[in-house]
Amino acid sequence: MRIEPRSKVSKTLIISVPILSSFAALLIAAIPISFAGANILQAYQEMFFGVFGSVFSFSEMLTRATPLIFTGLAAALAFRARLWNIGAEGQLYLGALLSVVVGTGYFDLPPLLLTPVIILCGAMAGAVGMAVPTFLKVRFGADEVVTTLLLNFVILIFIQMMLEGALKDPMGLGWPQSSPIVEEAMLPKLLPRMRVHSGLILAIVCAVFVHFMLSRTVWGFRVRAVGENAVAAKYAGIPVHRSLFMVAIFSGALAGLAGVSEVAGLKGYLTADLSPGFGYTGIVVAMLAGLSPLGVVLAAIFIASVFVGADSMSRAMGVSSYLADLVVALSLLSVLVGGFATRFRIVWSKRQPGDNG
Amino acid sequence: MIDILNILLSESFWAASLRIASPLIFGVLGALLCERAGVLNLGIEGIFVAGAMAGWMAVWLGAGLWGGVFFAMLAGAALGLIHGILTVPLGLSQHVSGLGVTLFATSLSYFVYRTSLPAVSSPPRIEPFRALDIPILSDLPFVGPVLFQQTALTWLALLLVAVIWYVMNRTPLGSALRAVGDNPDSVDAQGLSVYTLRIGAVVAGSSLMALGGAFLTMSAFDAFFFGMVNGRGWICIALVIFASWQPGKALLGAMLFGAFDALQVRLQTEVGALVPGQIFLMAPYILSILALVIAARRADYPRALLTPWFKGQR
Repeated sequence: MRIEPRSKVSKTLIISVPILSSFAALLIAAIPISFAGANILQAYQEMFFGVFGSVFSFSEMLTRATPLIFTGLAAALAFRARLWNIGAEGQLYLGALLSVVVGTGYFDLPPLLLTPVIILCGAMAGAVGMAVPTFLKVRFGADEVVTTLLLNFVILIFIQMMLEGALKDPMGLGWPQSSPIVEEAMLPKLLPRMRVHSGLILAIVCAVFVHFMLSRTVWGFRVRAVGENAVAAKYAGIPVHRSLFMVAIFSGALAGLAGVSEVAGLKGYLTADLSPGFGYTGIVVAMLAGLSPLGVVLAAIFIASVFVGADSMSRAMGVSSYLADLVVALSLLSVLVGGFATRFRIVWSKRQPGDNG
Repeated sequence: MIDILNILLSESFWAASLRIASPLIFGVLGALLCERAGVLNLGIEGIFVAGAMAGWMAVWLGAGLWGGVFFAMLAGAALGLIHGILTVPLGLSQHVSGLGVTLFATSLSYFVYRTSLPAVSSPPRIEPFRALDIPILSDLPFVGPVLFQQTALTWLALLLVAVIWYVMNRTPLGSALRAVGDNPDSVDAQGLSVYTLRIGAVVAGSSLMALGGAFLTMSAFDAFFFGMVNGRGWICIALVIFASWQPGKALLGAMLFGAFDALQVRLQTEVGALVPGQIFLMAPYILSILALVIAARRADYPRALLTPWFKGQR
């Protein structure tokens, strides 16, 4: 038995691996469910109907998927260029921070202009959040994995500081939260009496845009070339550093938009628990999507279904909702192993590698 | 200025520095072992959580303190084995696999904790490691309170620095480990198994990381909290670069870090009214980033770090 690289990878394999991995992760979840002493079949049933049981629950899932599409795109784009942006969590908060700064009336803008300005400012804040670690990488060789991870903590503490200080809502009864952004600046809702908002549309537009940029432009070609082999790309005359910065700016902006959409589409104000780890989950979304921007939309819907389904199952059956995080982690690990299966195959013969006979 | 001097000269300050440094010493040594063998282990943050949780729970269930240490290390080793198998023979992305292990270990620990203790508002406490009161030495001025009133786990951390330095620099195993992180082909040519050495280093390193987590629940505190690891694992990843993969410098880095952290807590009580407390909370992370920025260019990376190696492929 030996392992050899596949010369050609079929489309079917590329598409089926993430689907199989997701199901594998869901199946493995039976172990912790039974550990918690719950009926396995009933638990899966509760999870399924917790998402697809009503229009409302389905719309809740889409609400949950919205920030995950943004952070998933942020990770997918950066990882394509082998820029390890693990800082989407922090960039999300920077985007959210700027949207409350702009949106709560510090600036007097006509309502029609307010929403685009908020979106732009939030995206810019996220972009700066990723440009800084990219600068530290390019200029000082400081590994961006570590700097972006550590910056997540710095930014979150900074947000807490702002919420207890300059941005604290005077009407907030002492809670550390910002003032709500003005009504006119809120992103419109998509359905009456549901929470799903037009941030979802924006997210999908972004996915299509990133897909177009990556697959149809010179810029996208450069990004992919830098990701596949930075040294070769440099010799081919591609401005590697500039490409990295462009990726960093777009990736950070996408993560910042996740924050804008959560604030201006959903919550209306900023708290330090705005994101239950959307930035980190975005990495799983991107990997499940095979770093394909359009795949990110589907992967985000799957992950959001797991969260919403597990929440509802948790309420009904008392199984801890940390189950959802466990399934998410398991799907990352299994899609990683699945990725191995797409690139290599196992050959059941005694022939030694190197023999071509 | 006088205030800072007073702080720096106080016994309690240095005792606190060593206490803060202890989990980081375990973590940096663990990361050092993995990376010296050529494998980046971003599972560290989650392995800290798993170690903290497994150690605490074992003690809570009656395994005794050293039983807790054992189970924490076992949990770390198991998670290390997952990371090792994914990244070494399968050669998968060390970044993604490590983050996967962190997500998995964290969520599994939280899930098990929540499932075992569904309805507690305040976490149950255990009887943690006590300060080792060594009769005569503890009464020495200055050195006594700083060194000889630490818990057994701090001593273990200091001992491990020496052990790992010795193994890495003075034994055949150590030279094989270093070679497998620099030039795996040469190790293979000597007839040694690259896979075994690398997986072994990741498993051993991960169990040390878990000890760092266990220190939190069994020595620094006496209970398990959500979010208690709070980036300590990532700080270790920065410190190991700062330490240039040397055990001695790792100790120095962790101690410097502990000293800064202890200093900021004391400064906070001095000037707390003038500056928001969060400035001080940010300090450790910013400090780690600065350490990385300063050290990164000079760092002597293990040459085969992040590079998978496959048998029969040159």
